[in-house]
Amino acid sequence: MRLTFAKTLQLAVTLLACAFLFIPTMQSVLAGLTANYFRGISSGLTLKWVAQVWDLYADSIFLSIWLAIACLACTLVIGIPAAYGLARNPGRVSRILEEFISLPLAVPGLALALALLQLYGSMKGFRTSWTFILVGHVLYTLPFMVRSVLAVLSAMDLKTLEDAAASLGASPWRRFADIVVPNAMPGILAGALTVVTLSIGEFNLTWMLHTPYLKTLPVGLADSYASMRLEIASAYTLIFFVIIIPMLVAMQWASQRAQRIK
Amino acid sequence: MSIALKNVAKTYPDGTKALQPTDLEFRAGEIVSLLGPSGCGKTTLLRLIAGLERPDAGSSIHFDTDDVTRLPVEHRRVGMVFQSYALFPNMSVLANISYGLKMQKLPAAEIRARADEVIKMCQLEPYANRSIDALSGGQRQRVALARAFAPRPRILLLDEPLSALDAALRDKLRDELAALLRRFKITAIFVTHDQDEALAIADRVAVMRNGRVMQIGTPEDLYHNPRVPFVAEFVGHAVELCGTVEDGKLNTPGGRLALPRTDADYQVYVRADDVKLSQDGSLRGTVESVTFLGTHYRVGVSGVVQGLLYANHTGTTPPKPGDTVRMEIAPEALLLLPRERHAA
Amino acid sequence: MSSATFVRLCFVPLIAFTLAFLALPLVRLFFASSESSAGWGIYLEILTTPRYLQTLVQTVLVSLAVTAAALVISTTAGLFLARNRFPGRGILLAILTLPLAFPGVVIGFLIILLGGRQGLVNQLTSGHVVFAYSLFGLFLGYLYFSIPRVLLTVMAATEKLDPALEEAARSLGASPARVVLDVILPGLAPSLVAAGAIAFATAMGAFGTAFTLATDIDVLPMVIYTEFTLSANVAMAAALSVVLGIVTWVLLVLARNFSGATVAGGG
Repeated sequence: MRLTFAKTLQLAVTLLACAFLFIPTMQSVLAGLTANYFRGISSGLTLKWVAQVWDLYADSIFLSIWLAIACLACTLVIGIPAAYGLARNPGRVSRILEEFISLPLAVPGLALALALLQLYGSMKGFRTSWTFILVGHVLYTLPFMVRSVLAVLSAMDLKTLEDAAASLGASPWRRFADIVVPNAMPGILAGALTVVTLSIGEFNLTWMLHTPYLKTLPVGLADSYASMRLEIASAYTLIFFVIIIPMLVAMQWASQRAQRIK
Repeated sequence: MSIALKNVAKTYPDGTKALQPTDLEFRAGEIVSLLGPSGCGKTTLLRLIAGLERPDAGSSIHFDTDDVTRLPVEHRRVGMVFQSYALFPNMSVLANISYGLKMQKLPAAEIRARADEVIKMCQLEPYANRSIDALSGGQRQRVALARAFAPRPRILLLDEPLSALDAALRDKLRDELAALLRRFKITAIFVTHDQDEALAIADRVAVMRNGRVMQIGTPEDLYHNPRVPFVAEFVGHAVELCGTVEDGKLNTPGGRLALPRTDADYQVYVRADDVKLSQDGSLRGTVESVTFLGTHYRVGVSGVVQGLLYANHTGTTPPKPGDTVRMEIAPEALLLLPRERHAA
Repeated sequence: MSSATFVRLCFVPLIAFTLAFLALPLVRLFFASSESSAGWGIYLEILTTPRYLQTLVQTVLVSLAVTAAALVISTTAGLFLARNRFPGRGILLAILTLPLAFPGVVIGFLIILLGGRQGLVNQLTSGHVVFAYSLFGLFLGYLYFSIPRVLLTVMAATEKLDPALEEAARSLGASPARVVLDVILPGLAPSLVAAGAIAFATAMGAFGTAFTLATDIDVLPMVIYTEFTLSANVAMAAALSVVLGIVTWVLLVLARNFSGATVAGGG
C-alpha cells in the first residue's frame, strides 16, 4: 500500500474513529478488572468486582438469557410462517404488511413501550409478569426474523420447488416442513442470532416495561451505572461484552452466509 | 394411461387467454410433444394437465375414466420434470428420488428398493449419495427424471427438459431421453420450443400457437403434410413463394415455377432442402450469402422471394456472393397450404 | 387443505400478534394524546410551548450534527477499509463494527468513562474537562452509536460498485481525487442517503444514552420519559411520542424507497 497524502488523511480518520470506539471499551474492561481504578493498574488486577456483580445481578443475567430464548421461540413460530406467506404472495398487501410489522425498527422503543403501557398497563397480572417484557422484545425483534427468512426465500425459486414437491404428492404442510424450512435455514439461523443478540441488549422498551422484580441485564446495567461504584459498573459491562460480542460475531458470520445464497 | 381433454381453457386473472378451449386425446403409452414458440400456451397446457393450474369453468380433464379436473396436483399422481429441474437443494440425490415414494407412505425397505431400481435405470448409481450441487447439468436432468418416475405416476410431464443444458450436451441427451422415456413405457407429454427435439423424441407432435393447437400428428406427417402455413414455417422453416398463378405455373419475381395442382386458393411454401442449384433451373436470383455448415453450404439468394430464399447446396464448389444462379424446385416438393385468413 | 388456505393460515400468528401488540396499542397511544384538557389541541401546544419547541429544535440539531459527522467519518474510513488491504485491517474493521451490539445505555457509560468526572480526559488534562453530561457528550454518544452502522452500509455499497467504472475513469485520465468525486461518491449516494436517514432517526429516538448520561439537556426522548414518569402528563408524553414516531418512521421509509437498503436502526 502506497501512502499518498489523501490516503494518509483517510488512515488518520480511520485510526481516530477506532480510538474513539476502542479506548472507552478498553477502559471499561480494565476498570472492571482493576482493584482500584483511581490508583490505576498498579493497584493490581482482580476478579473481585466480577464476583460482586455476579452476586448482585446474576438474576438479571439469567432473566435476560431466558427472555432471549423465549423471544427466539416466539419469533420462530410467528416469523417463519409469516415470511413464507409473504414470499408466496409478493404483492402490494404483503409489502404493506411487511412495512407495518417493521414499524418497531423505526418508531423509538420508548413510544412503543408507552403504547403498550397505555393499553395493557391496567391488566395487573400481565403488566407485572415477565411475558409483558417478552411482548416488547418480540415486537422489536420480529421484523429481523421475518426479513432474514424472507430474503433467503425470495432468492430461491420457491414456487417451482413447491410445485415439484406437490407433483410428488406432498401436502401443503409437508412442503412447508420438507422444502421451505430446510432451505430457509441459513436465513433462519441468521435471524435467530440477530433476535437473541438484540433481545439480550434491548433497553429502551425494557426500561419502560420492567418492574422492580424483573430486571434484565441492560436494566441492571443502567441501575449499576446510576448507583454502583465505577469498578462494579465496569465489571458488569465486561460481563455484558463477554456475552454479546461472540453473539455479534456469530450473527455477522451467519448473515453473510445467508446473503451469499442470493 | 390415456388422457382426454375436453374444452380445456385457461384465462388468467388479468384477462389473458393463455389457452383457448382445446380438445385433445393422448393414447396410453405414447410420447407427445407440445411444440411452439414462447407464449403459445404449451406450458400452460402442460400445467393444466399436471394440476398446477386451475382450468376455466367448463373444462374437463380425464385420466382414463377418472375425472381429475378439480383434483389438486398432489393427488393426481403425475410425474413432472421442471425446466429448472427444481431438485430439492436440501436433499441428496437419493432423498430427492425417494421423496415421492415417502409421500405415498410406503415401508422404508420398499422405498429403498424402488429408488434403487430407478437409480439403476437412469444410471445414477455413482451419484446416489451426492448433494445436488455436486452434479452436472446432464446428471441433474436424469435425477429430475428419476424423481418424477420413481413413484410410478400415471403420466409423465416434462417442461422443456433439455433447455437448461448447453448446446453441445443437448443433442446427446436428447437421444438418451428418448430412449429412457421408451424404456419407462409411460404416457409422456413434453413441452419444447425446439422442433428438432420434438421430432426426435415424440410419437406425435402438437404444434401450438396463440393458445391453440394448430395441428397434431406424427413427426413425418407434420413435416411432409403441414396443414397450415404456421406449421410449415415452424417445422422445417419453410418459406412462402409469392406470385400469381397462371396456366398451372407460379409467376415469381425470379421466374416461373410448375405447380402440382391448380384447384384452389392456396399459398405455396418450400424448404431449403428442396431448393436445388441447377444450371437449367427455372428460377434465377443473386447470391447474397454463403455459409459453410459442414455437410452442406447454405446459400441465400435474393430476387425470388421477399428477403432471401435459402438453398442447401451439397456440392464442393459453392457460388460466390454476387453470382447469378439458377434454381429448380420439384413440383411435388412444394407445400400447398390454404391461405391464412388472419394475420397474427 | 388447499394450498391457498395453508398460506393464509401462515399469516394468522403474525396478524394476531401484530394486531394485539402493535396496531391496537398504537391506536390507543394516539387517542391517549387527546385525553388531556387540551384535547387534540395538544399538538398545537407542542409548537407553542417554548420548552417543547426548544426540545424539538435541539433534538433535530443534535441529530443533524451526528448525521453529518457520522457520514464524514464513516465514509472516509469505510472507503479506506474497502479499497485497501494491509496488515491489521481486520482488527480495525472489528473495532469499528463490534459496537453494533452495544445498547445506548452501555454507550452512555463509555462516554462517561471518556469524559465524565472520573473520565480519562479529565484525568489526563488534570484541568476540569468534563463533557460527558453536556450536549457534546450526548453528541459523542450518538456518534458512537452511528459510526458502525453507517460504516457497514458504506462498505457494503462500495463492494457493489463496479470496479470497471473506476478503471474506465482512470483510463480516461481522471486523477484519484476526481475518481472519488465523479464516480465513487455518486455511486454511493443512495446508500449514503439511507445511512444518513438511519443515523438521524436513531439519534432522534435514542433514549438509553441520554438516560445514562443523566443529562439535563432536553432531548425529545428524555422529555417524553420525564413527562410520563415524573409529571404523569400522559397525554403530552403520548403526543410527543406520536410526533417522534411519525418523524422517524417517515424518514426511514423515504430513505428506503430512495435506496432500497435496509439497515437496523435498533438499540
